[in-house]
Amino acid sequence: MKIGIASGKGGTGKTTLAVNLSAYLQEKHLVTLLDCDVEEPNAHIFLKPNFTDKKPVLVKVPQINREECDYCGKCSEVCAFGALTVLKSKIIFYRNLCHSCGSCAYFCPNKAIEEVDREMGIIQKGFAQDIEFVHGILNVGEAMAVPVINEVKKYQGINMITVIDIPPGTSCPVIASLRDIDFCIIVTEPTPFGLNDMGLLLQLLQKMEIPYAVVINRWDLGDSGVEDFCLNEKIHILIKIPFDKELARLNAEGGNLLKQIPWFRDSILALWAGVKGLVK
Amino acid sequence: MMNYKEVVVISGKGGTGKTTIVGSLASLAEEKVLTDCDVDAADLHLLLQPEIKEENEFYGGEKASIDRKICSECGLCEEMCRFGAIDNFQVDSLFCEGCRLCFNLCPEEAVSMEAEFSGHWYVSQTRYGPLVHAKLGVAAENSGKLVSRVRSKAHEIARETSARYIITDGPPGIGCPVIASMTGADLVLIVTEPTLSGFHDLERVVDAARHFNVCPLVCINKYDLHPGRSQEIEDYCKDKRIKLGGKVSFDRDVIGSIVHGLPLVEYSDGKASGEIKKIWQEILTWL
Repeated sequence: MKIGIASGKGGTGKTTLAVNLSAYLQEKHLVTLLDCDVEEPNAHIFLKPNFTDKKPVLVKVPQINREECDYCGKCSEVCAFGALTVLKSKIIFYRNLCHSCGSCAYFCPNKAIEEVDREMGIIQKGFAQDIEFVHGILNVGEAMAVPVINEVKKYQGINMITVIDIPPGTSCPVIASLRDIDFCIIVTEPTPFGLNDMGLLLQLLQKMEIPYAVVINRWDLGDSGVEDFCLNEKIHILIKIPFDKELARLNAEGGNLLKQIPWFRDSILALWAGVKGLVK
Repeated sequence: MMNYKEVVVISGKGGTGKTTIVGSLASLAEEKVLTDCDVDAADLHLLLQPEIKEENEFYGGEKASIDRKICSECGLCEEMCRFGAIDNFQVDSLFCEGCRLCFNLCPEEAVSMEAEFSGHWYVSQTRYGPLVHAKLGVAAENSGKLVSRVRSKAHEIARETSARYIITDGPPGIGCPVIASMTGADLVLIVTEPTLSGFHDLERVVDAARHFNVCPLVCINKYDLHPGRSQEIEDYCKDKRIKLGGKVSFDRDVIGSIVHGLPLVEYSDGKASGEIKKIWQEILTWL
């Protein structure tokens, strides 16, 4: 079973839920937790895993052999991303625009382009308690998160349960993170911001045909907009988590919420029972 | 002649209070153009109540499609596609990046490329001045290109109206839309919070700002929820020679202002409201 935890809006509690749901599940199941927020990965801060493996995420980029190149301009012509500009006796390559599609090398009539590896980030794998944990870290200055996310996603579905911490927003990194999952838990907050961004995420999930249900975090702090919306649209609300200064403080310090806050453990238990009931 | 200054508000971590702060700066700054560059989860309009004056469609890229009547099912496109976007002689547009490889190599010329609708961008009027904003299409790509479009329109309006400031609500993260939002700006205001994640993400986004040669100014939101960690963040800033723009208290009025759809400084005279006013003064001395 592959379960994503997403929100649209940032800072609603995705990572907190992903980490604590995984920690609860590892008591009885084999669990993998994937942190797909490779731009700002945080799950490891709370999980404190022992990393045992580390590998670079490599993408292919063109390397031009000046001896073979006759500056015909074919590579620039076939590059849909404007990553190559051919001048009279010079080729300029813009690495942040390259999607590693391989067109330039494939179509070069002189076979003057070789594709070489470029590191965009790293993947680390390890264990925390019995949770198998994998995350990716995008190198600072890199624009494209998707190749790193795709490497993290290769660990999806190996264990019986995979929990996936999904980045905020609704664009390419989110789509890559949601790929081939069975169910999505949407974590939102009861404000017009939370509702608006949840609405955007719902459209994406519907398009990708992923079933979902909602968790309302800090549900006593805002208005009833999110709850009314869910009732109207017949969207299942899994749990509502109240704002609790003690929980916020403990979490800010990376404390063990399951152990130290009994009502929170009960909430996670109810969350899992709800998800199990909804996933075939 | 450019005589306006551009301030972009970013955070690394999401949900630290970017939009709350931008909403208030919108009310405090004079003669400005406002921009929402968080195109895939835009919220600023909920505070500024814009009246849309101009709506434009944005086509940022292309998607391949295969004509099954012409396709000879040779499988070359599927074999060569690096994005796993072709399966059983059909293109899954969710994963097609529009690279044109299949289009250029198909021996039967069965592949065509269609412009992809990436979303809408708008020029609106608000009580606080013009707002340029956007809405990325569902499952659309090219959020970075859409950000660039929004920003260049904001600059155009700033030149035409001789504005003094452009104030931009940026996206979370450090990737493509963030780079597109901040490159070339005069100042980035980084909003962080005193949590382990907030601090960790701050360090990465500071590195990203410096990588692209943009000057960072840090603001600690909800600093009183963990004064100890706030102090650590202050020490880090001092150590890295980053100016601290100010600290904002946890204040329930912030949620009240969002619920009422008003900038905090107009909704409340409370603690956080006063602290944000001071941050704007601090930004002015830096500009």
